[in-house]
Amino acid sequence: MWWKYLTGLLLAAVIVAIFVLPPPQTQIGGVSRIFFFHVPAALIGFIAFVLSAIYGAVYLKGRDLSTDRKAVAAAEIGLMFTIIATISGAIFARITWGMYWNWDPRQTSILAVLLIYGAYFALRQAVPSHATRARLSAVYLLLAGILAPLLFFVLPRLYPSLHPNDSLVSGGGEFAMTLPVGLTFGASVLSFLLLYFWLHQLAVRAGRIKEKLEM
Amino acid sequence: MTHRRPDLPSGKSSWASKVLALLAKDVRTEFRTRYALSAVFLFAFTTLTAVSFSLGAGGLAAHYISVLFWVILLFSALSGLAQSFIKEAETKTATTLQLAAGDDIIFFGKWGFNLLLLVGLEIFLVPLFLVLLNVEVCRWWLFVAAVLLGSIGLVSSTTLIASVIAVAGVRGALFSVLSLPVLLPLLVPLVQVTENCFRPEVATSGIGELQFLAAYAGISLTGGWLLFPLVWRE
Repeated sequence: MWWKYLTGLLLAAVIVAIFVLPPPQTQIGGVSRIFFFHVPAALIGFIAFVLSAIYGAVYLKGRDLSTDRKAVAAAEIGLMFTIIATISGAIFARITWGMYWNWDPRQTSILAVLLIYGAYFALRQAVPSHATRARLSAVYLLLAGILAPLLFFVLPRLYPSLHPNDSLVSGGGEFAMTLPVGLTFGASVLSFLLLYFWLHQLAVRAGRIKEKLEM
Repeated sequence: MTHRRPDLPSGKSSWASKVLALLAKDVRTEFRTRYALSAVFLFAFTTLTAVSFSLGAGGLAAHYISVLFWVILLFSALSGLAQSFIKEAETKTATTLQLAAGDDIIFFGKWGFNLLLLVGLEIFLVPLFLVLLNVEVCRWWLFVAAVLLGSIGLVSSTTLIASVIAVAGVRGALFSVLSLPVLLPLLVPLVQVTENCFRPEVATSGIGELQFLAAYAGISLTGGWLLFPLVWRE
């Protein structure tokens, strides 16, 4: 229980810190602060995707429907964070590259993740039987999950990407990972992670209640 | 007098001959109805005609030609590949198949049939496409290798998804909805490498793309083979 209060306090502190602590980047100014929202959101979107696939694998092994509920909850929150990362990334791209969307390999891969989440929920809606729905959607997420490394790690290396991996944080010393930057970034990732676990707990509970009402 | 049925090999026969028997059975039943065949080939031909007619002859940049090639090939393939397991559900032969053959044999039999269908489509479509859109391939070995590796990857992912669709008992657009996100990482390098095959002035070996396509094909085939029993058996 206590950690939920901590999450709230930490999130509030992080939002203030993002605008106060790190100095604005020399080339693009204060816009660079979007980095503190964008990167943790993308990270949570990715972690939720992996966790959902793991829950799916556990379900296929044990056939316990409560694991399926956890997999859906992870996917729901993952979808939300991926949308946040996509939109904040597009805004940042508009300011730094001049356009919202230019099919950079990173944008392609995050769009593929959005489509995979969409397909996952479309499949779930199409199957009436609970057990079959859980089994098929777990298999689909695992197939997408084993192909995802190609998308995330190989494709951006095959084609040059404009996406700043570490150029923004260390390149040219303009926006170096100094103590205030590192501290804010670390706190932001931590608060997003805590928020994820809180939301996951709530989503699992909501899922359980919804099933009871449908029964 | 015992009458030996040629399409049901005895228990002693090897793994490969069982897969081939299932493949032969699928080819035979396909030629009885020609449902997938006519869907795929007519879809491809109609789309190609519409595209070529609207564009007129020649003058299109290599990039657009490559995109058009994969759009036509992908969507005509998807219209046929969805059938492989739905067919068994429709004729109510899925249970018989489960009893008659192991999961590996079923997966590779269906996979082989789908690959055969896709390669057949490519043999039909590629010459027509090149003639009607007035393009020349300058790196034939790269073109053939990329199309073949891409086809293996495409068929491996979609065979598993076709079984998901059949077990879910849904028809229509869901097959494409599930297939496209998984195929997206395959299409990006395929379109790029095909474009390079139409442009003699570009210096490229295409090895990076071929490695990527081979990796995709290997991962999706292994994944499909391992995940298939989980879909196919309760």
